[in-house]
Amino acid sequence: MSEQESRALKRRALNRVGSFQLAGEAQGSALVFSHALSFWGGIDVETGEIIDHSHPGLGQNVAGKILVMASARGSSSSSSVLAEAIRKGTAPAGIILERPDPILAVGAIVAEFLYEISMPLVVCDISGIVSGDRIAISLGEDAQAMVRKI
Amino acid sequence: MTLELSAGDQSMLDGEHGPAVAAAMKILVAFSNAVGARRLLDIAGAHIDGCLYHGQAGLDFVERLVEGGGRVHVPTTLNVGSFDLIHPGLVRMPPSQEAPARRLMKAHLELGCQATFTCAPYQTRFRPAFGEQIAWGESNAIVFANSVIGARTNRYGDFIDLCCAMTGRAPAWGLHLSDNRRGQILFELTGSFEPTDALFVGVGLIIGQASGDRIPVISGLPQPRDEDQLKALGAAAATTGAVALFHVVGITPEAKTLDEAFRGMAPEATIRICRADIDQALAELSSVPDGAPLTAVSLGTPHFSHDEWMRLLPMLREIAPGRGVPIYVNTGRATLKRLQDEGALAGMGALGLIPVADTCTYVTSIIERLDGVVMTNSGKWAHYAPGNIGVSVAFGDMEDCVRSAAAGHVVRSAP
Repeated sequence: MSEQESRALKRRALNRVGSFQLAGEAQGSALVFSHALSFWGGIDVETGEIIDHSHPGLGQNVAGKILVMASARGSSSSSSVLAEAIRKGTAPAGIILERPDPILAVGAIVAEFLYEISMPLVVCDISGIVSGDRIAISLGEDAQAMVRKI
Repeated sequence: MTLELSAGDQSMLDGEHGPAVAAAMKILVAFSNAVGARRLLDIAGAHIDGCLYHGQAGLDFVERLVEGGGRVHVPTTLNVGSFDLIHPGLVRMPPSQEAPARRLMKAHLELGCQATFTCAPYQTRFRPAFGEQIAWGESNAIVFANSVIGARTNRYGDFIDLCCAMTGRAPAWGLHLSDNRRGQILFELTGSFEPTDALFVGVGLIIGQASGDRIPVISGLPQPRDEDQLKALGAAAATTGAVALFHVVGITPEAKTLDEAFRGMAPEATIRICRADIDQALAELSSVPDGAPLTAVSLGTPHFSHDEWMRLLPMLREIAPGRGVPIYVNTGRATLKRLQDEGALAGMGALGLIPVADTCTYVTSIIERLDGVVMTNSGKWAHYAPGNIGVSVAFGDMEDCVRSAAAGHVVRSAP
């Protein structure tokens, strides 16, 4: 198979195994960014709107989406913002990163502890996922994360 | 998972110390896995930056820990809150916000935290020792503890600082480990400098902006008059950048020599700082020219030490402002009590002095007039206040601030 064919196959039949920083199940439309988004200063918790003027996603809305990016960034206050957004229902349905993030992990786990809402936080290869893809995150064997295009 | 838990860690996680500690350990484990730590380590103390209201989730978290019978496992100090609990009425807040803000401060006390309410816990009896492992929040406190004292902490923040305090554990990662405290980027001061307060602020602003996530080492800095100058340097660096540790050759405890600061490795980069760079950095702090009418002065960001008060009070007596320009000074309640016991503040109200405890004038609504210029000797205050409370700022050293209060407009002496 050529590189091109392999990539096309990857795009069509996404069925990936990753690891959970916080386990959970979710489905939603992917919102993919090549630019890391900081929740602190980046998201309006009332609405889920991206308010960071330096971010290419300015004006888009993360609520109910599967947020996909290589890594997160920003101050530890992003933990509070994510927890608050989960509480208000304006957070993404799930977040997929290529590198584990301690700040988002803390926010997600605190929200689960307080409100019993498990917004999955997954670490896996994100290549081949584009904005608009319908993504499903589910629990696989041995506590692994399953990420599929549906 | 690469993280290995001790028997003690596991028993906390399993709930043998109650649900609050179990929750704290679960969060700590996830955090530690995310940063790649192989194990946890014991901490001697913690400093929590959780008393400023950031939303309901923050308060809910503390309340759940209180309900779960949680108590902190190690001596734990608290950072500033939204209120000056010693001077009621000083902070003006809409009633709907007041209750949760007060509750947040009180709930932390119910967890067994110390009512220090200061961003300068290193100025209290809870000051850590060289080499001590601690879990601290608040950017200026972190950089001071690491750099000036040589204690060891990472930049702990929201929720995780409290989880470390509740368990007495932290991940064996980052600046807790000797090898990770190695200097990476060298800043060489070119020229000869007097140890003025402004020099330390200016250098701090520059290394903050230029360091990124690499550890800065400064050479060529003159011996500071006292540790308050290093405090100002760290606060400025932690404001313009994410500096958690800096070394100053011949001055800070892990940098007796350049070689020690870099642990025998070569610097990854060298940046020269000249007088013009420092003047430029300081000039950018002020948005108004000399002569601009002054509505207030704000000092003590970070919280004024007893030494700083001992420098300020004679200046106030000699220059005798008191023409209607209030001089707010943020300080820790322990410092304030000491001054009161000494009778040091007698008659200072008439000169315009308004001491502020437990909080800070840039995080909460204290300054009466926000429509004018506020002068400060703090790089950190100058950076945050315009965005936080909407004032225009003039930067100057302590004496210039006091002279300006007396004149009613911005006065700066020649450098």
